[in-house]
Amino acid sequence: MKKIIKFVIIDILRNKIVLAYTIFLLITSLSVFNLEDNTAKGLLSLLNLILFIVPLVSIIFSTIYIYNSSEFIELLVSQPLERKNIWLSLFFGLAGSMVLAFFIGAGIPILIYEASSTGIMMLIIGCIITIIFVAIAFLTTVNTRDKAKGIGTAILLWLYFALLFDGLVLFILFQFSDYPLEKVVVFISALNPIDLGRILILLRLDVSALMGYTGAVFKDFFGTSLGMAVAFITLLLWCIIPVGWSVIKFKKKDL
Amino acid sequence: MITISNITKKFGKLVALDDVSINCNSTECIALIGPNGSGKTTLIKSILGMVVPDDGSILFNNKNIAHDWKYRKHIGYMPQIGKYPENMSIGQIFDMMKSIRKDDSISLDEELFTEFGLDKLLDKRMGTLSGGTRQKVSACLAFLFNPDILILDEPTAGLDPLASEILKEKISKEKTKGKLILITSHILSELDDLVTHIIFMQDGKLKFHKPFEALRSETGEQKLSKAIANIMLKTAH
Repeated sequence: MKKIIKFVIIDILRNKIVLAYTIFLLITSLSVFNLEDNTAKGLLSLLNLILFIVPLVSIIFSTIYIYNSSEFIELLVSQPLERKNIWLSLFFGLAGSMVLAFFIGAGIPILIYEASSTGIMMLIIGCIITIIFVAIAFLTTVNTRDKAKGIGTAILLWLYFALLFDGLVLFILFQFSDYPLEKVVVFISALNPIDLGRILILLRLDVSALMGYTGAVFKDFFGTSLGMAVAFITLLLWCIIPVGWSVIKFKKKDL
Repeated sequence: MITISNITKKFGKLVALDDVSINCNSTECIALIGPNGSGKTTLIKSILGMVVPDDGSILFNNKNIAHDWKYRKHIGYMPQIGKYPENMSIGQIFDMMKSIRKDDSISLDEELFTEFGLDKLLDKRMGTLSGGTRQKVSACLAFLFNPDILILDEPTAGLDPLASEILKEKISKEKTKGKLILITSHILSELDDLVTHIIFMQDGKLKFHKPFEALRSETGEQKLSKAIANIMLKTAH
């Protein structure tokens, strides 16, 4: 398994896209911190950027990469290797290199300028979001044989998580504004890893007052250590469930 | 060695394999013959576990291959169309396969590798190779680990006469070592002096599986191509 991970990582590191992504993250995070005199403000700007770009690159690059590795996968499947190991090695290799790119691109500037607990929290959440979207890419590709369809699905999923979901939540809140929905909103936010990550960091930045009464409810729940634990377990489930599901599907896939 | 019992595979509405049962033993050299789309490749891929049959079972040395993967170290497979990562070089492919399959009990068989002259092309990227050179790489990989079973899907398609002669010689050499060899080919004339058994498939069904000698005496033809043509004519009427 280690050998395949090694081959995948070497292959990805040779790929210039990941390098470009790292440099892009590095430049944006450095400039964001240098533009704002207050590092907390810099962190907030960086947060919005990260929660937009990181899922996009993670899901699209992974999807395309897996489709392009179809030959590699086919070659390995006819060898004495367990299918589960092939698929998981591919996942660990891909997720590992994307996390590494994020860590170098955004993590190092964060550690230089804002090595507080909030900064480290953001670093961890960025890494988890990367892994989650790589995992979702694996689930997308195992379900569709057609490359164009698979990439299209990946883009739609990203749109849904990054943009549409918030719109839907707002719509529900307005439609049912007569009812006490604050607690429900806490639950709904768990359905979107990007939102969950955003809430966790915003609460630490003490701008939750801007979110009104819902913000107070969030603070009541996610501010406690139990709430934090629940949030992180939810994020971990967002990693494990798509990968686990895709492994089950891949085991039965015809190549 | 390989016992296939009642396997069925459907791709959507298309029935690729329809209740096929075959028993193959070592020292046999089996030609898998049939028209295009008769399910030959699907059968091979099922044996390799690349295609999961809807129904039926495949036993390898009396062990079911479903959920098993270790049995594949006894198989050398040469695919019909070799697909390799485009940006890896020939040398890297061989290094990778060796690091995956190498174990101390296996002696590497690099005879084909040198005879095809691949040692001079180690730095070439797979994406830049011609179809014939790809076939050579596939052939070398199939023989490299000295497997007990060789599965060759259209081995000589795309090879130049010289290379295909080298490959055929290699196959007959391995045959004398008592290995089970499974070949599909459309060029029947080249199978004449190799095969001992014939499997004939049509529309996903097994038409017959018998020794070549029996087929010869049945049809009164010495050449495999004529014998098969004879059978096909009979079934057409």
